[in-house]
Amino acid sequence: MKTNDNPYIPYHATVEDTWFETGGERAIKTFKVVFDDEEVRKNWSHRPGQCAMIGVLGVGESMISISCSPTEGEFLRFSVMKMGKVTQALHQLEAGDKMTVRGPYGNSFPLDEWEGKHVLTIGGGIGQAPMRPVVEYVKANYDQYGGLTMIYGARTSGDLCFKKEFEDMAQDDELSCHLTIDIEEEQWDHNVGFVPQILLDVNPSPENTIAVTCGPPIMIRFVLENLKKLGFEDDQIYTTLENRMKCGIGKCGRCNAGNMYVCKDGPVFSYAELKEISEAFA
Amino acid sequence: MSAMLLKKEKWPDFVGKLTGKKVWAPQGEGEEMRFAPVNEGEAPDLAYGNTRVPPKQAVFPQTETMFRFQVDGKEIEEPQLDQETVLLGVRPCDARSMAIVDKLFGWDENDPYYFKRRELVTLVGLACSEPGINCFCTSVGGGPAATEGLDLLMTDLGEDYLLEAVTEKGELLLKEAGDILEEAGDDRYKEKEKLAQAAAQKIKRSVDHEGIPEGLPGLWEDPLWQRVSASCLGCGTCTFLCPTCHCFDIQDEVEGFAARRCRMWDSCMFNEYSLHTSGHNPRPSRRERTRNRINHKYSYYVDKFDVIACVGCGRCINLCPVNIDIVEILRQVKEAL
Repeated sequence: MKTNDNPYIPYHATVEDTWFETGGERAIKTFKVVFDDEEVRKNWSHRPGQCAMIGVLGVGESMISISCSPTEGEFLRFSVMKMGKVTQALHQLEAGDKMTVRGPYGNSFPLDEWEGKHVLTIGGGIGQAPMRPVVEYVKANYDQYGGLTMIYGARTSGDLCFKKEFEDMAQDDELSCHLTIDIEEEQWDHNVGFVPQILLDVNPSPENTIAVTCGPPIMIRFVLENLKKLGFEDDQIYTTLENRMKCGIGKCGRCNAGNMYVCKDGPVFSYAELKEISEAFA
Repeated sequence: MSAMLLKKEKWPDFVGKLTGKKVWAPQGEGEEMRFAPVNEGEAPDLAYGNTRVPPKQAVFPQTETMFRFQVDGKEIEEPQLDQETVLLGVRPCDARSMAIVDKLFGWDENDPYYFKRRELVTLVGLACSEPGINCFCTSVGGGPAATEGLDLLMTDLGEDYLLEAVTEKGELLLKEAGDILEEAGDDRYKEKEKLAQAAAQKIKRSVDHEGIPEGLPGLWEDPLWQRVSASCLGCGTCTFLCPTCHCFDIQDEVEGFAARRCRMWDSCMFNEYSLHTSGHNPRPSRRERTRNRINHKYSYYVDKFDVIACVGCGRCINLCPVNIDIVEILRQVKEAL
């Protein structure tokens, strides 16, 4: 899809809409962006699980997972936690402002291979960002999958991303959507408890099912443990890795986990693959 | 093309023929030699050991502009890279390192800056007759007169240089030199072969890497990593001055409204290299960073590109302020396998 043969030159894009998912010092803000160049917009294609380098000229770039499914339309969505220099600059952007985008980078969730299977996503906090395109993709192609179960949790209801769309999903009888928060709150009528425990309570059958998980390392650790308890095999479990990145195309060196470049060979790995990578859980 | 002979007295004429091209050669004093542009009309003296900074700087500068822009604008201006360059007196290990790094910059997607410079550069090598005390090229696939990565190899035969073209670019240089060269007889070629063998004999250090690429990941938790990294200061010299190290950082520089995005050498021996914004670092201490450096060169690179990312130039050993020695580390690795 390249309109420029230099992969380091970013495309210009305009923020069409932006809103806060969560508040606080490390707020999460979602950006819906559209490429300025019509040709780029038409030719862009990404798959759930892929990332893009987004940035502000003069400040820098960060690798952020694309949090929308290509089935949603000719735009991109990024949900960005305010953490460092670049994400702080991104948080200054409002509708109509410009950002730069290059990509898409990395492999993706093998959604074609999963056709006919039940898809179970287990997310925590900002870790739901790469899960969301999986959920949206399966919803858009629902007749090709055996079903969808979503478990998503955060510390408090204020820390949940994409609340509105998931609350709607929770009303849908076809979908199995389980929201949870760590601590009881007034007017919260979903689950209360840690994500790994809710996973045990939901008790999904491993038969013909793929489990995808992303969230804080400690959550992933217990989710993996509990998936094993439920009878999931290593090759039925997928997760994504993250590391510091600069180039996005396997040159700058820093994102390797063992002999894998997370930017190219990842970010999506099956648990069976991760077990072979010495640094995967570092 | 057969080997040609260049009388040393005609060396300035040979350099003079390289018109239109920027000529780089080792310059400086003693241990401070580095590749730098040669002034017009001057012929560089090639009597030197090796440069402190490897000639990778000619194709992968320590800092380079990726593009320029105005912070309030949309125009992105890429640098014009069109200067043909000839590097004179490149050591065979350093030329070989470029052939190795080509694989990284060329896998999956070409790095445009690197390959543009690479296409524009001609590497004129100089065979080694007096290897350094920490050279070990012969055990990692190279040699004092190895030609991989070179366009032209020169060998010092006392009164003359023997010139052998390796690539079309090298042949072109011989053609351009024209009648200042003479045909070299078989005897001079044999003389060179002998010198190369003698030089190889002088190399006293070696790495026995058999089994290391496959075995290294299995030594993940071995106490040897603590032992070999205990004295490390994290200065990054071993990687900055390594001819096969290619890691870089990308930063924006702004002055008023004028700005540039540039990239610069980075080192896996630095904390910031792999530090997440959250404060988490998957390689939190010099133990993990040293382990990554050795694994990268002797295992991961072999996995991906089928070649060890070390040419045995000895720079990391010679220049480490606390005498960390990669040959010794690999000996301990071998022992632990």
